[in-house]
Order: sequence, then structure tokens, then C-alpha cells
Amino acid sequence: MTRLLRSAWVIGRRDFTATVFSKAFIFFLLGPLFPVLLGALFGGIGARVASQAEQPRIAVVAPHAVFEQLASARDRLGQAMNDRPTIQLVEVAPQGNADVQADDLLKSSRHSVVAVLTGGLDKPHLTGAIEPDGSIAGQVQLLVGQARAAGSSAPALAVTATEKSSGSVDRSRSITAQMGQMILFFLTIILAGMTLSQLIEEKSNKVIEVLAAAVPIEAIFVGKLFAMLAASIVGIVVWVSAGVAAVSMFMSGGAGSIPTPAVGSIPFLILTVIYFAMNYLLLGSVFLSIGAQASTVREVQTLSMPATVAQVLIFGFAALAIGSPDSPMAIAGALFPLSSPLVMVARAAERPELWPHLVALVWQAIWIGLVVAGSARLFRRTVLKSGPVKRRWWRRSPA
Amino acid sequence: MLRAQSSEWAVEATDLVKDFGDTRAVDGVSLAVPTGSIYGLLGPNGAGKTTTLRILLGIIDPSSGSRRVLGHDRPIEAASDIGYLPEERGLYPAMHCRDAIAFMGALRGLSLGEGRKRADTLLEEHGLAEWAGKPIRTLSKGMAQTVQLLGTIVHKPRLIVLDEPFAGLDAINQARLEELIRTEARGGVTVIFSTHVIAHAERLCERIAIIAKGKVAFEGAVDEARATLRPIVRLRTRSADGPWRDAIPADARQQGAEWIFELPPSGPEPLLKALIDGGAGIETLAIERPGLHDAFVAIAGPKAAAAMSQETPQ
Repeated sequence: MTRLLRSAWVIGRRDFTATVFSKAFIFFLLGPLFPVLLGALFGGIGARVASQAEQPRIAVVAPHAVFEQLASARDRLGQAMNDRPTIQLVEVAPQGNADVQADDLLKSSRHSVVAVLTGGLDKPHLTGAIEPDGSIAGQVQLLVGQARAAGSSAPALAVTATEKSSGSVDRSRSITAQMGQMILFFLTIILAGMTLSQLIEEKSNKVIEVLAAAVPIEAIFVGKLFAMLAASIVGIVVWVSAGVAAVSMFMSGGAGSIPTPAVGSIPFLILTVIYFAMNYLLLGSVFLSIGAQASTVREVQTLSMPATVAQVLIFGFAALAIGSPDSPMAIAGALFPLSSPLVMVARAAERPELWPHLVALVWQAIWIGLVVAGSARLFRRTVLKSGPVKRRWWRRSPA
Repeated sequence: MLRAQSSEWAVEATDLVKDFGDTRAVDGVSLAVPTGSIYGLLGPNGAGKTTTLRILLGIIDPSSGSRRVLGHDRPIEAASDIGYLPEERGLYPAMHCRDAIAFMGALRGLSLGEGRKRADTLLEEHGLAEWAGKPIRTLSKGMAQTVQLLGTIVHKPRLIVLDEPFAGLDAINQARLEELIRTEARGGVTVIFSTHVIAHAERLCERIAIIAKGKVAFEGAVDEARATLRPIVRLRTRSADGPWRDAIPADARQQGAEWIFELPPSGPEPLLKALIDGGAGIETLAIERPGLHDAFVAIAGPKAAAAMSQETPQ
């Protein structure tokens, strides 16, 4: 055992330093920035397009005072709807025949309106390419109603603000649970893929035989697995630190404004790292075994596809636990080894008890032991295939 | 860690068999490598040399048979006393030469610090000192091969196993490698190497195993291999014909004015007497010891020999 651990340490140390001190690792660390930047970029563009596309313009043919009443009502409505897109109003002074003016306005490209409101607040009439029961007509109806009622004495709504409510906490914790699962899932998939690539590289540059002659094959397996885990934990530490720093700088209230998970922020962070490690060790073992079967990148892609698809399905299954961590589905997800870390990280965000995590970690550790041992045995049998081998079902017959 | 007691044999293998699916790559290989000797595994590509070496080193397990390496039934237990240079050289391209050698030492139980120190010394001795801090990918093929060889011996092993170590080296580096092998052997290290270049085995080895189609066709001392053939007599006479012709074998062949034939079992003296008495008028007579190549042809067969010479034009 000492020899196995010492050898695994030598292999792991090499892989860890080679990974962390490589240029590729900088890109790995910058990885999470790309979705954020892309999201911001396309989100901004999308918002602009949406704001232009979803805010139809309505020409209001009415005296200035009437227009002011309608505009004021629109502002109040917009505020209540949290600035969601509402109709835009364009003031047009009445000129002669209202129907003719409305017709001219609809044809004119100057104002680019979808409809024209005439008749003031007493006899409002909307003309345009709109549906009578549609959103635009509904909004105009509301604005007219608001404008007409503006003078009446509606009772002022007294509001008492509390810091949080059960509904708001549940909602924010569900979001935290969802984020935790997504981070675990994507990080594990990326890292398992990276471990696989490294193994294939070693097989192709023949280093694997040098290693296999010097140390037990199981040590190569364990060393590689834990080296990538350690590298990923470096990544997580960097990301979390950068995230907290960014929140402190850009969000009012700093890190304290982030919704607190049910188990508490620090325990949640620790549990997330541990569950990530568990998830990665389970999936990484499977991927390394796959890598041992394959000798080319193409073979790896073919072989790892079913494992990736299965992992996506498991992710979907685990997501069902969000919002109802005590449901039979969630308990089943926590019991199934491959979905257990994902389900439990979500539970940590939503339920305060710690003991289920201890039970789950023991359960997952047992499975990791079994999967790692089985995978290492398979790895040993197949990583150094020599001479002619039996044709495998995935290999096509030569043409 | 307790080291196994040194014994007469550094490596012993009995009836090793290895099957890959329906193909038998190694078929009943038995061999014994004396401690401190230079031992050659000869055979054409595909003969089963690499598989035999991998079995001996514990990289793969035999389908049947047993092996004992430096007193251990499980070769991996003796890993810190073994250095191995595989046929397909493997180094991390981004790793610096010094670190690559130290890493290979660390795999065999040497500390990284000590490994780096020894790496510097070895690189200096082999004229590669200026490359110590440069990545492997910047080295020529021959230099990278030398670095890997240094990584094979950095931990001062008691057994060095080299799979086709001369492949890909130019004449100067081949000579250097031969000298390195001799130096290690003089220090008491056992060296096993596989080759399909008979000349290297002839110059270096005390014992050899000739492997063909997964089987050991011969195993023993180089002299014993040569002794499987009778010495060759090259005779030039002044007399073209006469009673002396009865003294040479019927299958003697004539090459120009020279007769070539195997020395009769009775030895040189009766032959000489018969030639003189028969009036041959001996101009020249040479008795040549057969070379390892001749022995290889005789043992492994002309097809295997032809395959070897096709692989190596040297």
C-alpha cells in the first residue's frame, strides 16, 4: 500500500505541476469568464433588440394635457411591472378629421406606429394592425383607465418591508441549488474530459510503458485521478475568490448580499468542494477506464459519448430534486451513486440538517472505492494492449 | 526496503506463454540470465522479444509460466533495482531534460532532488550539459534517446533492460551506447537487451537467446551458439586435382581457386596430413570460427536471418 501511494504521489505530482503550470491551465481558469462575457454580450444585444421589438409605438392624437395624463399612467404602470417592455406613446396634435389623421399616421414611416389612439379619455378609439383582445389593446385600456382615475382619491397602499420571507428564501435557495448542481456537472465533465485527453496523450507518446514498468498500474490510475482533482480544486479556489471579490466590488452589500444556503455559506462551500470531488472521482474513474480501452482520440470520442449522454440524463434526474429535497425522487437520486453528489449539493442549499450529508458522503465513498478499484483493474488489463487484439464491436471492419 | 539476496541468476523464466486472443505471441520461453552478464535477445521483429521483456518486467502477466527477477516472483517488487528502456521511447515533450531524468528516477524510488543532481552529472558526462534546462521537444531524436537512456540508469539499477536500444541511433551514438553497456556490466550490473542487429550482440553479449515465432530456438553462451556450427576451412592448393581431393568433404564448394568446407569431425591434423600426403600443394589454409550470424542462420533458419538483414541494412 505504501508503495502504491508513493508511486501515485510521484505520478500525481508530475501531472499536477504539468497541468497547473501549463498555458492551457490559464485558459481553464479563464473558462468561466467566457460564458459570462458571452452572456453579457448577447444579453445586451438581445435586450436592445427586444426593447426595440417589444415596445410598440402608439400615436396619441389628443391635446397635450390628455397626453400628459396617459404618459404619466404609462410611467406608473412601467414602474409596477419592473420596467418590463410596455407600449411607447408618441404625442401627436389633433389636426382636422381624426380618421384621416389616423390613417395618415399609420401609413407614415416617420413615427412608425402600430396603432393610433383618438377620442381622448372620454371616447378612446384605437386604430391599427392590432388584435382587439391582444396585449397592446389591453395596455391602452389600462392606461386610459389609469389616466381617468388619476384624479380620484384611491387609498394609498401602506407597505411594510421585511428583510426576507419564506417564499423569497426558498426561491433564492432553489437558485443556489441549481447553480451548485450546474457548477458540479460542468466542472466534472470538463475535468473528466481533460484527464482522458492526458491519458490518450501519454498513450500516444509512449510514456505509459515507462510508467507501467516502474510503478503499479493502479498507482498510475490513482495518481492521474487525484492530480486532476487537485488541479481543479486550485481552479475552484481561484474562481470562488474571484467571484467573492467581484461581488464585493460590484454588488451593494458585498458577499453578504448573496443568498445564504440552508446549511450556511461556509459549510455549503466545503460540501460543494467535497461533492465535486466525489462526483469527479466517480465520473473520472469511468472516463479513465474508457481511455484505457481506446488508443486514438477518435476512439475516445466514440466511447465517451454514451458516458457523456448518460451523465446529462443523470444531471436531469438530479435536477428534479431541486425545490423538493425530501421527495421520493430526491431520495432516489441521493441513493443512486452517480447522481448522489448532485442531489446532495442541491439539498445543502435547501435544507439545514448536516447529518444526511455525512450519511451520503459515507455512501458515496463506498461507491467510489468500488468504482475506482473496478476501473483500475480494467485500466490495468487494457491500458497496455500489446500485439493483436480481438476485434471490438466499435471498431469497423477494414474496407 | 529489503533487497533480495544476489544470486547466480538475475532473471529466470520458465515456460512463459502469452496469448493475445487467438495469437500466441510467446510460446514456452525459458531463459536464465546470469547476474552481472550482458544478455542478448535476438530475433526478427514480431518474434516475441518485446512481449517477453514486458512479461519479465511485470508490465504484462504471462498466460502461463513463471519468472523470477532479482529474487522476486513479482517483478514490480524489484522495480527500484531495474532500469527499462522501451522500444517505443516515451518522454513528456514539455519536460526539461534534467526533470525528465529525475522523474524517471523518482518513479524508481529516487528523491527528486537527488535525481536532479545525478541528472546534471550524467548529462555532463554525455555532453548534454547545456541541454539540462531545455524541454525535450527541442532535442534531436538521438539526444532525446540518450536522455531517456540516462533516465533508465539514474537510480543505479542492478538490472538494466533495453528493448532495441540501438534503433534510431547513428554510428557514433551506437558506439557510445555499447561502451555504456560495457561500463555498467563492469560495475556488476546485469544488462539484457533485445536487438535484431547480430553484430551488437556478437560484440557485447556473453549469453544470448535466439527467439523466432515466439519460441526460444537457442539459449546459452555466444560460444555455444557458434559451436553449433563446425569451423569453416578455406583452402587454396597448387594442384588442381589428385588424391588429396578425397580428404575434403563431398559438399565442399569451390569459390574461384578456393575450396570452402566444414572442418571434418576428425579435426585439423588428419585433414592436413591427408592433404599433404595426397599432393595438394597447400598454398593457403585458414580455419575460421563461424560467426554469430552463421550460427543464427543455422539455428533460426534462413527466413528469420533474411528478415533480420532486411530490417537492418547495417
